[in-house]
Amino acid sequence: MSLSELGNLKTSAGSKAEVFSSSASITEMEAIAKRLRRHIITMTGKAGSGHPGGSLSAVEIVTALYFRVLRHKPLDPHWPNRDRFILSKGHAAPLLYATLAECGYFPVDELTTLRQLDSRLQGHTDRTVTPGVEMSAGALGQGLSFAIGVGLAGRLNSRSYRVYVLLGDGECDEGQVWEAAMAAAHFKVDNLVAIVDNNGQQLDGWNRDVMNLDPFNKKWQAFGWHVIEVDGHDLTQLISAFDRAKLIKGQPTVIIAHTIKGRGVSFMENNPDFHGKAPNAEQVEIALRELG
Amino acid sequence: MPQEVSMREAYGQTLVELGRENPDIVVLDADLSRSTMTQLFAREFPERFFDCGIAEQNMVGIAAGLAASGKIPFASTFAVFVPGRCFDQIRMSIAQPGLNVKLVTTHGGISVGEDGTSHHSIEDLALIGSCPGFAVIVPADAIEAAQAVRAAAASYGPFYIRLCRPKTPLVYNEDYRFNLGKAVTIRQGKDATIIAIGLMVAEALKAAENLEREGIDCRVLNMPTLKPIDEAAIIKAAAETGAIVAAEEHLEHGGLGSEVAQRVARHQPVPMEFIAIKDTYAKSGKPGELLKRYGLTARDIEQAVRSVIRRKKPSQSGID
Repeated sequence: MSLSELGNLKTSAGSKAEVFSSSASITEMEAIAKRLRRHIITMTGKAGSGHPGGSLSAVEIVTALYFRVLRHKPLDPHWPNRDRFILSKGHAAPLLYATLAECGYFPVDELTTLRQLDSRLQGHTDRTVTPGVEMSAGALGQGLSFAIGVGLAGRLNSRSYRVYVLLGDGECDEGQVWEAAMAAAHFKVDNLVAIVDNNGQQLDGWNRDVMNLDPFNKKWQAFGWHVIEVDGHDLTQLISAFDRAKLIKGQPTVIIAHTIKGRGVSFMENNPDFHGKAPNAEQVEIALRELG
Repeated sequence: MPQEVSMREAYGQTLVELGRENPDIVVLDADLSRSTMTQLFAREFPERFFDCGIAEQNMVGIAAGLAASGKIPFASTFAVFVPGRCFDQIRMSIAQPGLNVKLVTTHGGISVGEDGTSHHSIEDLALIGSCPGFAVIVPADAIEAAQAVRAAAASYGPFYIRLCRPKTPLVYNEDYRFNLGKAVTIRQGKDATIIAIGLMVAEALKAAENLEREGIDCRVLNMPTLKPIDEAAIIKAAAETGAIVAAEEHLEHGGLGSEVAQRVARHQPVPMEFIAIKDTYAKSGKPGELLKRYGLTARDIEQAVRSVIRRKKPSQSGID
């Protein structure tokens, strides 16, 4: 059974009226995570460019969200009550596309068109062409502000949806992130959860060498956020953190997810070379063999 | 002298009216609501007003998120800060997805006056005009400003409306009806056409009256919608009068003059002159002093008209 079938089964044969609220088990999600990693390697390998490192580090975060946490309808991407997932680190587009395809937003076969002329799967996310993509991103630092707007609109419209936004840790070099951090707390946007994919690396190397972010959790606390720290590859910890965030009222929550860049592929792990470089044919083969 | 009225006041009052008519109207500001006059809206609809503090990048990002969720956000500050301070945010969060955000800025141009270079907005039209899909409007007076704001609220998509700081003479009366994308012939004439935007429209009318005494019969065209520009009106003016002067309170680069010149060059080449700021930053001074120093007065327009008429080919010339 393919995973998109799994999703469909749990949404009564994909009826447009039904909410996709998968209750996949940890074992099932681990299988999904493996498939997503394989897609990321295959897609970027075929495209010959792209960002595998920061896609691989966030696999469990996005898996937990789409297969356990979010209320969404893959066949009705504009459903007004859907929980929103906003990918601020738009270079992790391969991960988002793989996830959306596995949920049934578009065919899995389409994934291999990544970055090709006329493909719906642009190099960085583009909300005008890809079903399920909430924001055109790729210019870093903009997603948290956008997410605040979506959260405020939910409050004004008395809708119960929640807003999840995924940031990179390197992305937090951008001043706009901290403008937004200040504003989210000031406006008490408590339907908003930010997740930082804290893989410790950015294009030029380790964050601590390029631009030190420490003390990272204290920064968020000082800006008025509820802070939760988890192992970002532990699905149980992630799901528990998302559940706890729902109980936090009057302030936004940030989940600092400690991850490993390139996770799952030995020669990509903690290797900034694969921040923005695709594996060649041989590396694809080795990576897929390792992933199993 | 025509009555002088504040475009900013007209903006604030129109926002309040729109807020009463449509619950989806929301307003954002970046700590300048007393100057942009969005405070009028804030007083009546505090729950729909978001003061983002002095953080323009975040403000336009929040506006984009609100628009993506069905709201109609108006975000305001000075024209020198939006788009200048947050160009990439406008580009990726608003323009690329074509979201329904209305950026309405005040204190455009150098008529800001004494605050000096840091507060003079002379590049904003070039910046925002370079964003695909943005509608760009520069009203000539308070009546046109109010109607342009209404038109922006009624039309889906990203808008930039640029207002100025000083009160400006009324060019229109209450019967005027703004049409998005349409130029307005506010004075007929056959010898040359002055195409103007913003507070230069009133100067253009003065210039045309003065030139009439010299026997020069000037057409005056107000081009409130800089983008999408009324190409047909430009071509018609070029064909019928044979000479064009563009007048704007902006750098010569990337504003009205270059937009008009592209159409003239492509469709109906005629001599042109450009009343605009020439590749420099302006300094502190009273608004009137600055407009004079940087060549943005009726007298400057008159000289440009005489010059452009001298360059007309015999076949294009109404007077020779």
